[in-house]
Amino acid sequence: MLALYIRDVRLGIRAGGGALVGIIFFLAVVAVVPFGVGPDLNLLARIGPAILWIAALLSVLLGLDRLFQADREDGSLDLLLIAGDRHMSALMVFVKCLAHWTASVAPLVIAAPLLGLFMNMEPDAIGAAALTLLVGTPAITFIGAAGAAVAVALPRGGQLVSVLVLPLAIPVLIFGVSASYGAVTDPAPFLPPFLILCALTLFFAVIGPLAAALALKWGTD
Amino acid sequence: MRLVADRLGGERGGEPVFAGVSFSLEEGKALTVTGPNGSGKSTLLRVVAGLLPASVGTIALEGGGEEWPTPQSAAHFLGHQNGMKTALTVDENLVFWREFNGEPHLSAQEALAMMGLGEIGHLPFGYLSTGQKRRAAIARLLVSYRPLWLLDEPTAGLDAASEAQFAELMQAHLEDGGMIMAATHLPLGLEATAELRMGEGDR
Repeated sequence: MLALYIRDVRLGIRAGGGALVGIIFFLAVVAVVPFGVGPDLNLLARIGPAILWIAALLSVLLGLDRLFQADREDGSLDLLLIAGDRHMSALMVFVKCLAHWTASVAPLVIAAPLLGLFMNMEPDAIGAAALTLLVGTPAITFIGAAGAAVAVALPRGGQLVSVLVLPLAIPVLIFGVSASYGAVTDPAPFLPPFLILCALTLFFAVIGPLAAALALKWGTD
Repeated sequence: MRLVADRLGGERGGEPVFAGVSFSLEEGKALTVTGPNGSGKSTLLRVVAGLLPASVGTIALEGGGEEWPTPQSAAHFLGHQNGMKTALTVDENLVFWREFNGEPHLSAQEALAMMGLGEIGHLPFGYLSTGQKRRAAIARLLVSYRPLWLLDEPTAGLDAASEAQFAELMQAHLEDGGMIMAATHLPLGLEATAELRMGEGDR
């Protein structure tokens, strides 16, 4: 399983892996918002966490459709599934998700504080947004894995993945953003939405890979 | 160990492709699956590998014990695609499959040398020619041990010398008590081969 993790991280960061595309997309979306919204610093600071979260959500979705499709095209997916007696398929999906998160999503989390400065966010708000992204983005990856598994056999399944996954990712977005706000605005609490966010990630870490493994099992042809 | 299929049927997208296929394959024996295009050779191999459910009938591995309880657990599958990543080097690909599949047998270097690719392990897989890719994919069968080899058109893209080399490898695998089931149009050059013809009579 460690071998699979190392292989997928390697593939993600090598040429054509698509990890860089997600990061550039993230930078582009966040950098464009101040131009669209205008130079109202207070407004930018207020919507900053939400913009970071929405941009992160979209860029995570951008790379997810290739999660299984690349393996399917070169035949490795069949071999990974045949090994299902040795390594449970759900565990295989879980490891692939972790590798995808490490290569494509963790850089977003690292870049988020810098982009928070673009949005005139306070240090506390930047910290909170980065922390919620760190905790919340794995959930999006796990949900996305289920979508990617369903769409694996479809040509141009990428858009379908986004449409399938977006509604399920909404709770993650809501609690991620409200925890970020809770850290800076006074009456709103930080801890309860943050803990719910953690719970969502744990929940989807179990449900997502199981659903994806089932979809892959019945989706082979 | 014995691979037994009893009145096996397979379907693709709800369409029956073949039905009523029975065979048994013993240790040290090879079975070639022949038949015209569309007769269900690949589907049969995928059913045996557990990638497709059998629509009727059963497929089982008898006497595999705890180590090889199902045909799927005992099988190496070599399909039309090579199952290698073009961005990784040949060595990295083989080392990955060796660690992932377990039961390490030959090292990646030894396996490549057996297939006559000893010099190019450091190249990205995408740089190889079609025949070299196929040979690297065959080397995957050697890096971890499985008693049952399921081969779908294994010699596609190979030149005559590589075919002979591959025939030797298969012969050695059979002598070790392995089993081979291959869908092919060409004779594989093996002794002790039974033939299963698809797409005749029993449909």
